[in-house]
Amino acid sequence: MGILNIVTYTPLLGAAVILFFIRSDNPKMIRYAATIFATVDFIVSLFLWWGFDPNASGSRLFQFRFVRDWIPSLGVKYDFGIDGIALLLIVLTTFMGLIAIVSSFSAINFREKEYYVLLLLLQTGMIGTFCALDFFLFYVFWEVMLVPMYFIIGIWGGPRKLYAAIKFFLFTLAGSVLMLLSILALYFFNDDGIPFLHIRGLGNGYTFSVLQYHNIGHLIPPSLQFWIFLGFFFGFAIKVPMFPFHTWLPDAHTEAPTAGSIILAAVLLKMGTYGFVRFALPILPDATRQLILPIVVLSIIGIIYGALVTLVQKDMKRLIAYSSVSHLGFVMLGMFALNPMGLKGSVIQMINHGISTGALFLLVGIIYERRHSRDIADYGGLAKQMPMYATLFLIAALSSMGLPALNGFIGEFTILLGVANRNIWWAVFAAIGIVLGAAYLLWLYQRVFWGPLDNPANRTVRDLNRRELAMLVALSAVMVWIGIYPKPIFEVIEKPVEYVMGKVDPAYMNRPPIQYPAAVAEAEASK
Amino acid sequence: MTWNDVVFLLPEIIISIGASLLLLAPVVGWRQRETSAKWSMLILLGITALTVIGCSYWVQEIPQSRSLAGMFALDGFAIFFKLIFITAIAMITLLSDDFLRESRYSVWEYYSLLGFALCGMMFMVSGMSLISIYIGLELMSLSSYILAGFFKNEEKSTEAAMKYFVLGAVSSGILLYGISLIYGVCGSLNLLDIGRALSTIITNDALMFGVMLLGAGLCFKMAAVPFHVWTPDVYEGAPTPITAFLSTASKAAAFSIFARIFYLALHDFQLDWSNVLATISALSMVLGNLAAITQDNVKRMLAYSSIAHAGYALLGIISLNSLGLRGVLIYSLVYVFANLGIWATVLMLRRHEYGGERVDDFEGLSRRAPFWAFAMVIFLLSLGGIPPTAGFIGKYFLFAAAIQAGFGWLAILAVLMSAVSMFYYLRLVVAMYLREGREADVAITRPLQIVAATCLIITLLLGIYPTPLINQATESSRWIGARAAIIPHAGR
Repeated sequence: MGILNIVTYTPLLGAAVILFFIRSDNPKMIRYAATIFATVDFIVSLFLWWGFDPNASGSRLFQFRFVRDWIPSLGVKYDFGIDGIALLLIVLTTFMGLIAIVSSFSAINFREKEYYVLLLLLQTGMIGTFCALDFFLFYVFWEVMLVPMYFIIGIWGGPRKLYAAIKFFLFTLAGSVLMLLSILALYFFNDDGIPFLHIRGLGNGYTFSVLQYHNIGHLIPPSLQFWIFLGFFFGFAIKVPMFPFHTWLPDAHTEAPTAGSIILAAVLLKMGTYGFVRFALPILPDATRQLILPIVVLSIIGIIYGALVTLVQKDMKRLIAYSSVSHLGFVMLGMFALNPMGLKGSVIQMINHGISTGALFLLVGIIYERRHSRDIADYGGLAKQMPMYATLFLIAALSSMGLPALNGFIGEFTILLGVANRNIWWAVFAAIGIVLGAAYLLWLYQRVFWGPLDNPANRTVRDLNRRELAMLVALSAVMVWIGIYPKPIFEVIEKPVEYVMGKVDPAYMNRPPIQYPAAVAEAEASK
Repeated sequence: MTWNDVVFLLPEIIISIGASLLLLAPVVGWRQRETSAKWSMLILLGITALTVIGCSYWVQEIPQSRSLAGMFALDGFAIFFKLIFITAIAMITLLSDDFLRESRYSVWEYYSLLGFALCGMMFMVSGMSLISIYIGLELMSLSSYILAGFFKNEEKSTEAAMKYFVLGAVSSGILLYGISLIYGVCGSLNLLDIGRALSTIITNDALMFGVMLLGAGLCFKMAAVPFHVWTPDVYEGAPTPITAFLSTASKAAAFSIFARIFYLALHDFQLDWSNVLATISALSMVLGNLAAITQDNVKRMLAYSSIAHAGYALLGIISLNSLGLRGVLIYSLVYVFANLGIWATVLMLRRHEYGGERVDDFEGLSRRAPFWAFAMVIFLLSLGGIPPTAGFIGKYFLFAAAIQAGFGWLAILAVLMSAVSMFYYLRLVVAMYLREGREADVAITRPLQIVAATCLIITLLLGIYPTPLINQATESSRWIGARAAIIPHAGR
């Protein structure tokens, strides 16, 4: 059966049950069913973590493998398997998926049946994308995600939902079809070559197996690697989103319903960064090393430009959306520092961003449900009226800006270590981004929660109810846990990061340990 | 004509006799029996299909069986397409049912003409000689001209038929002139002989001109840019079931014959031709998709989209490799069924006399008929090539074929254009799901349901588990593949 299949298809089963067995005039039942299936999925994903062997490496790095023939005449296999990075992202997906469903109880009050069915379908698509070790399968799941998200934004979104939904769909689709061409180029290279580039193939037969391409990556001529990388880059950079391709993100985030924003920020954006780590880096090492500088420049522009634009936003949700551009710039920067420390930080920051920004979107959604306004100017002094809400908002904001003892710090610190190791100036720019991050979040907090409670509409706002409190406490607990005891996370990504580094820059991994100057060595010895 | 010829031609003989009998029915006083007309047609199609399947067992024993002095071949390729045509015509019969009931015209003539068109298509796809291909093509075209103008009291319908006829006649003339030039140079009309002659003859102007005219005539039939101008008007004016016929079966017939001629006769001529056809393909994709964006009339939108799809199908033809040939087979099937599903849904919306013509008419369909709105989404995704629908498999083959054949730029253009195409397909989705307020007028009848449900099952099933289709396409294209020296085998 395969535990990965259970994790992937439990939400699909839930969607089918809701679709066929629950009447649409019974929203309560639909909510319960969706919650139950999402909870089961989350629990199964925890079992996945429990059964995961963090020390496995080499050919056993990808665990819980489930391989079957799917379309033998094309060499397509149904190939599931995860390493530590995918494991963390799957657990993040099931966790945030549950949060998204619970957060929709009161926010969504029409066409509930379709809504929960789509949300669960989306979850299957996301988990499948992380599990797939076959390019064809990966592409299918990748596209399957697109349609439910399009509907979620388009039906339950804000005033400009149609524009946002179509923009989201077309941007992502344009990127992913170019990625498909890159996949095809790899596919032909593995067997009979690509005639119009005068590149001879390896004659290994036709396969879409990702692991096979991990192994032959270094054999691909750099000129071809460049073009394939470009295709992948468009596919993933749009999803991340990196600086010039980010324009769909503020619209999609702002117009999406709360749960849509949570999923979008927590998981969908990670598809892009995950794509880089899983495919672009290990398969195309030469192109990756060759293109470090342009990508780093784009990431740094993303960090600083994103932060500056965030600073001037008047709409809370748009503010948090733009902050994602900045945070994802960090993730990309850490990744393209191309050393183990940077890569680890990058992976951890993916998880952190998912939790912190997901929490922030949830918080904005909660106040929007009460006041139907996201304008920062409409608020002020909320801390007096809603103390619990203010506290939890503060925790999420501090985690997002990277305060020590919360999760954001671990990620940002590790990234900075890795980046500084590669080039101190990059780290300087990144640090500016962190300062700006603190500025926009604290300023937002100050404007919304402090000062006089002068808007009469805010005097009657209720504080959190039990359901909201439960979600936010769970999220805050994870933030504190990762901030204080990140060892379990570092543990599972140790080997995958080694694996990726070994593929992308074998010279770095094989270089001798640092030689201390003689004087230091003597001092060490005399102690 | 030997006994062997009769067996080979049995499906065509049956359908032509049957179609003639349908024409006679009103004479014996059955003019008003519309239901019996429908059932007679369906039974006739059933018998024809069974005969074709019987022939397919015959073909397994003799893989390259030809008759009528080599003018007629019954290979896997022909049988594959014949079955698509018969199924499509059967579905169009079902689509026509209610549509005709409200009109005052003789349904027997209508079905009879559909039968003759089918006979022409079936004869054409088996043609091994340019002249038998031409005869089949003309039989199909003439029937389509009449069918397009079948509602003779309606201005639009008559206009469509007139345009279609005049332009179609010109293009047939061009085609015939090209054929005569090729005959003059090669000394034969047989595709294999032409192929052999072309590999030895030095290219000369007459030959170039002949092939050019032949290509132009075929491009007209499949509505590729710049021979596409008739399409939107004819599609808009013709009765909707006939538009469905023109955009599915007739189109697939053009794909099939284009592929057969190029793979069998002109494969050695490829180098001169591939770039011209690549340009036509590129123009069709760009113009078809961009023009479709601005259309408010669904029939016109689908007409432009069908121009774009002709561009995609050309990818498989110019790439001249086994992926491309199989791509044409797979894509035709996928395209026909996704499109027929869409037409069935369009016919469910009967706000005006013509029904479901405007994009606005789709508003609120998701509330009135949630299941059929969902089916429509699947069909549109399939046309756009989004997995896990069958359309993705079809496009996958065509794009892969283009890359393998060295048309990298064309593949990039094609994928980008298929992203663009999602923009106008999504307009219908937006109307069905995302617009509030109005409720679509629907008249969902059993025949429409049967067609849409069958298409939905095919589109989804072949998208999730395409192996049977791919294997069948590999098997069916083997003989032509061997002739064109691109023998399909596993993985290629």
